[in-house]
Amino acid sequence: MSEHHVVPLKIYFLIFFALMIGTVLTVGAAFVDMGFMNTPVALIIALVKASLVIMFFMHVKYSHKLVGLFAVSGFFWLCIMLALTMQDYYTRGWGEAPPVEFLKEGAFF
Amino acid sequence: MSDHAQGAHSLHHLHQFESAEQQYESATLGMWAFIVQEILFFGGLFCAYTVYRNTYIEAFTAGSHHLDIFWGTLNTVVLIASSLTMAMAVRSAQTNSGPGRIIGWLIATIILGCTFLGVKAIEYTGKWHHHLIPNSTFQWNDPAFPTVTLGPAKIFYSFYFVMTGMHALHMIIGVGIMLWMIAKVRRNEISAQYFTPIEISGLYWHFVDIVWIFLFPLLYLIGRHH
Amino acid sequence: MSDAVKANGEPKNYLNDTYGIKSWLLTLDHKRIGIMYLITLTAFFLVGGVFAAFIRLELMTPKGDLFEAETYNKMFTMHGVVMIFFFLIPSIPAVLGNFLIPLQIGARDVAFPKLNLASYYLYALGGMFAIAAILMGGIDTGWTFYTPYSSSYSNSFVSLALVGVFINGFSSILTGVNFMVTIHKMRAPGLTWFRLPLFIWGHYATSLIQVLGTPVVAITLLLVVFERVFNIGIFDPTYGGDPVLFQHMFWFYSHPAVYIMILPGFAVISDVIACFSRKRIFGYSFVAFSSLAIAVLGFLVWGHHMFVSGQSTYASMVFSFITFFVAVPSAVKIFNWSFTLHKGSIKLDSPMLYVMGFIGLFTIGGLTGLFLSTLGTDVHLHDTYFVVAHFHYVMVGGMVMAFLCGLHFWWPKMTGRMYPEGPAKLGVMFVFAGFNLTFLPQFILGYMGMPRRYHAYPEEWQALNIMSTAGATVLGLGFGLTIAYFIWSLFKGEKAPANPFQAKGLEWDIPSPPIAHNFEAIPIVTWEAYPYGPEEAASQSTETATEPAKEDEVV
Ligand SMILES: [Cu+2]
Repeated sequence: MSEHHVVPLKIYFLIFFALMIGTVLTVGAAFVDMGFMNTPVALIIALVKASLVIMFFMHVKYSHKLVGLFAVSGFFWLCIMLALTMQDYYTRGWGEAPPVEFLKEGAFF
Repeated sequence: MSDHAQGAHSLHHLHQFESAEQQYESATLGMWAFIVQEILFFGGLFCAYTVYRNTYIEAFTAGSHHLDIFWGTLNTVVLIASSLTMAMAVRSAQTNSGPGRIIGWLIATIILGCTFLGVKAIEYTGKWHHHLIPNSTFQWNDPAFPTVTLGPAKIFYSFYFVMTGMHALHMIIGVGIMLWMIAKVRRNEISAQYFTPIEISGLYWHFVDIVWIFLFPLLYLIGRHH
Repeated sequence: MSDAVKANGEPKNYLNDTYGIKSWLLTLDHKRIGIMYLITLTAFFLVGGVFAAFIRLELMTPKGDLFEAETYNKMFTMHGVVMIFFFLIPSIPAVLGNFLIPLQIGARDVAFPKLNLASYYLYALGGMFAIAAILMGGIDTGWTFYTPYSSSYSNSFVSLALVGVFINGFSSILTGVNFMVTIHKMRAPGLTWFRLPLFIWGHYATSLIQVLGTPVVAITLLLVVFERVFNIGIFDPTYGGDPVLFQHMFWFYSHPAVYIMILPGFAVISDVIACFSRKRIFGYSFVAFSSLAIAVLGFLVWGHHMFVSGQSTYASMVFSFITFFVAVPSAVKIFNWSFTLHKGSIKLDSPMLYVMGFIGLFTIGGLTGLFLSTLGTDVHLHDTYFVVAHFHYVMVGGMVMAFLCGLHFWWPKMTGRMYPEGPAKLGVMFVFAGFNLTFLPQFILGYMGMPRRYHAYPEEWQALNIMSTAGATVLGLGFGLTIAYFIWSLFKGEKAPANPFQAKGLEWDIPSPPIAHNFEAIPIVTWEAYPYGPEEAASQSTETATEPAKEDEVV
């Protein structure tokens, strides 16, 4: 078992530092009005933070490819669920009544 | 003939495995498969959240304004720090730094985890006093958001409590696992040759951290520029 | 080798290795856990069967004279809940999968034996909750637990049943995790993915669905419980909640769950059909990948259950369109099995009779599914007996036939006894004839417009309903006969040789029943799966081969 990769201390603290920066960024960004980009920016920062945790703290960068495949598949299936559910809600009333309120407002897009 | 029941092999691999390496890989892969199901377990909540966030933008903004960014940010920092201490615990097991080191890092992780839960308790009590618990006692009246009605506001708080509640439950289980790991270290069951239990407990802990990384902006930081 | 034989000269095996109730209830042996599942499953099957009998009894007459409408609601709900969550979903994976996966891949056990036992107890505990809900007065929501009826209105014991299904879900998830890791990491040296029996591929695909789908339904049902207990409002229209969202989240799992209920059936059929045609499976890799394709495509089509729910027309069209693609990998399997039969030397032993029944009935079930996935026809057929007939052709005609097929095929391996061939053949006939008599009339009834879930109906439908009830009686007799001779065979059955069907596969190279640790020495595999045919026995042999094929590439 000795060949398991020991991550250098420097990397751990660097990642921790990056995660802190990400936290500051996400709180800061919340107070800036970026229009329709508000939520995407928050989600992108969260995704970057999550990837850092997964790659380094959870050692996926140093593990077998299969482990990475498992991790990706979880998020991929979540995207399937979101995409196919939202395609219903975004198209409710198409060709019937006038578009529902949120299509005009646009929370995400 | 080799009798697998009698542990003719090295101390730390179970009879169904042919080698310690196979056992280590199986355990981490198994934990990852479990994390995949956790992603979809929370994923169901995120999916429902997305639907309502899009339907009731105003109400979600209003509800979010009643959550305290200070506590939320503090908890984010605490949880990320606990991930670092957890990673350090795994690393000290890997590098044979002795049981004292490992236990030290594990205790640090537990303390940070409990801090998180304590802050959560403070926040929950606050919501209780403001009648924002989403059961039949829920009350809603916010002059800053006159268009927001009780129903959608309640739905926001349902998500807040179910999502953070499920997350907190995972934290509590995590703290329990850490205590178990401390017991394992004290019984000298952990070494650089065999640190699988700590490694996979760490995977679980980091996953719980990741859930919070998404919950924080999605619940606390909606439409703050208003 | 003295420790391989017991004091009385009997060879040691997993059944006589240790004795006593504790040696079973606390066992970590995947084979014993499989047997425990078999016993518990059979009990649930009988419970679900009793409710089915009540339903058919009520429907013999047009008037609702046996039960009140409310009682009838409980009957079909409990039939569905018990059969789906506590019989069909665990059935083949938990019994045959548990017993055979380690044997077929040349491993001593699954990767996590303790987790395996925990899965069994979660299943049993979930079952206790369901039984408690039944005994306390039942549930009346339909097995789908649709909101807002289940969340705000039903006065029956819904929360209890939901908690039961929730717990049972984790049994399923953990079994999936266990099998996935086992198949990835525990294969014997030389046993590459494309040398695996298709039984393993089918179970791998099933595990994928269990791990990726079940957690979603778990959280969804938990939300309904919260809705009932705390009144949180997420699915409650009075607060602006959307009941249709429940259907999305429910079917995200429950459509793929149909494949949890059928992929293991495919897995069994592939192994048995090769053995009794004495031929390799035609197009091995197509059959293997079609399992994975079904597992993945299965997650993209759930909206076909929601065509009349208020889902947008656009979404319905998308879901309808994608659903047709699922027919492709299913058809690939049917065609490949048919080609396997072509020019094979077919032996019609009872497992093979079940295979024949399966292919016919599953094809009917699958093709009628296409009517239902077509947006226009579904609006006419939705919630009629056509739907009931369709999914019973898939679930009973498919999965139960496959389960019985597999049980017969591996019964000698599991118990060390042969089942009696005569009664078995009679049993197949009863099951096949009874099944068709029960459900063929329901297609016609549904087409004529008889809605499901009603306890009374207009008089002109009585003849067909009586046929259906008569068929159910024959079907019940068939199942009863099967259970009876299986039990009989445990005591009076002929002792089984190691390989009664001259089948190929690692599990047939070891004694029946196997020893506790499965293999004296881990085999090294140098041959492809299913080495049947004229060159039979040349490539594969019972003694362990000498050189490993390749570096053991464990992926
Ligand atoms: Cu479906």
